[in-house]
Amino acid sequence: MVELINEKGLRIDGRGVDELRPLRIEVGVLKNADGSSYIEMGKNKIVAAVYGPKEVHPKHLALPDRSVLRCRYHMAPFSVDVRKPPQPSRREIEISKVIREALEPALILEEYPRTAINIYLEVLQADGGSRCAGITASAVALADAGISMRDMVVACAAGKVAGQVVIDLDDTEDKEGDADLPIAIMPNLNQVTLLQLDGIMAPEEFEKAFNMAVSACHRIYEVQRGALIDKYFGKGEAGEE
Amino acid sequence: MSEVKRKYVTPGELIATGNYRPISNVIKVNDNFYAIKIGLAEISHEGIRVIPLSGPYIPKVDDLVIGKVVDYSAFSWEVDINSCFFAYLPAQSVFGRNFSPDRESLPERFSIGDLIYAKVVTYDRTRNPILSISGHGLGRVPKGEMIKIGPAKVPRLIGKKGSMIKTIESATNCRLIIGQNGIILIVGPPDGVLLATQAIRMVESEAHLASLMKDIQSLLSGSREV
Repeated sequence: MVELINEKGLRIDGRGVDELRPLRIEVGVLKNADGSSYIEMGKNKIVAAVYGPKEVHPKHLALPDRSVLRCRYHMAPFSVDVRKPPQPSRREIEISKVIREALEPALILEEYPRTAINIYLEVLQADGGSRCAGITASAVALADAGISMRDMVVACAAGKVAGQVVIDLDDTEDKEGDADLPIAIMPNLNQVTLLQLDGIMAPEEFEKAFNMAVSACHRIYEVQRGALIDKYFGKGEAGEE
Repeated sequence: MSEVKRKYVTPGELIATGNYRPISNVIKVNDNFYAIKIGLAEISHEGIRVIPLSGPYIPKVDDLVIGKVVDYSAFSWEVDINSCFFAYLPAQSVFGRNFSPDRESLPERFSIGDLIYAKVVTYDRTRNPILSISGHGLGRVPKGEMIKIGPAKVPRLIGKKGSMIKTIESATNCRLIIGQNGIILIVGPPDGVLLATQAIRMVESEAHLASLMKDIQSLLSGSREV
C-alpha cells in the first residue's frame, strides 16, 4: 500500500492538499481545425479540436431549431502504460457523453440551426483527471472557433485521499484514494454543469471538497483566459479605426 | 457624442453593469452584460457590442459573397460560400423568368468548380441562403488569386468607408474583390498580388491593433518586412 499523504502533509507527488498540478494551455495549435487548443495538466497531455458549425451528416440528425453538439473523447493507444486498443471503449463513450453534457449549457446552440459542432479530444498522455482537463481544453477550443458561448466552462476534480480532502487528483490518487469528485462550472455565471462522485464521502467532506474544487476551477479559469488573451491580443493596444 | 470605451474580452467576461442596450454578441443576465465571443467590447451611448475576432460566416441578406459551385440540379446550382450552409443559385434568376430545363443547360453557364461573385437575396434561420447574380460586377469570376481569411476580419480589411482596401489597391496596382464570407480575390500583376497577399495576411493577424493602418502603410511602402 502506498503512502498517499506523508507525515508532512504532502501528497505523493509533493503537492499540498489544495495545490493544482502544473498547468499550461495553448490556443490555436491545429491549422486545419476551426478552433483548437492543447492542455498540459500535470502529466496529462490533451489536444482539443473543434469543427463547425457545419452541415450535419447524416442529414436526418439535424435539428431545425439548433445545432447538434457532438463530442469524441479518445485515448491514444500510447497514452497509458499498457497499450490501449484504439477503438472507443465503454469508458470513452461515456466520458464523451459526459463532456458533451458539461459543455452544452454554455453554448448558444440556437444561433446555428440545422448544423453540427464537432469536438474531438485526443488524449496523448493520461494521468488521472483527463475528463476535467478535456472539458477545460474544449471550452478554449470552442472560444477559439468563435462559437457563441454564455460562459467558459472549467473543470477540476476534488477527492478524498488517505482520509483528507484534496484537489486535482492524479492517477495514483484516483485509483488508491477513497473518493473522486469531478465538477465543471461556468465561472462567471456561477453554475455547475458537471458533478460526478465516485466513492464515499461524508456530507461535510462533500461540501468541503465541492468548495475546494470550485475555487480550483476559478484558478484554472484565469489560465484559460490568459491563453486566449495571449493568442488574440498578444501585443499592442486595443483599437478599431 | 460621448466617447467609446473599448476593452478585450473573452466569452463569459463581464463587460458592464447597468442600463445599456445590448447590440451584438452580448447577453444580459440581471443587468450584467457578458461577452459571448472573443473580441473587442465597445461601450458607447448606443449600447454595448462585441466586435468578434473569430467565428463562422453567417449569411446576411444583401451580403456580397464569393462562392464555389459544388453541384447543380435541373433548377439550381449549389454553391459553397464558406459558411455552415450551402447556398442555392436558382436557374430562374440567371436565365430569366421563363427558364425551362429542356431549353437551357446549367453546366454550360456555370460548371462545378467555378467561382462566382454573388449577392445573398434571401436567408433566414429556417432555410439555406439563396443567391442572385443580377447586379453590376456579379457573376463568374474569370481570373484572380483566391485567398481565405477569417470572416470576422473582413470589416477590418475593408476599413472605414473602404479606406484599407483603397490603400492596398493603390499601392499594389491590384483590384481586390472581397466576399463578406472571407474569400478574397486579387487581380493584378504578379508582384502586386504577392504584396497584397502579405498585406491581407497582416490585416488578419493584427486585426485588433489600433496601429494596423500605419503598419500596412509601412509594409506597402517597402519599409517593413513581414
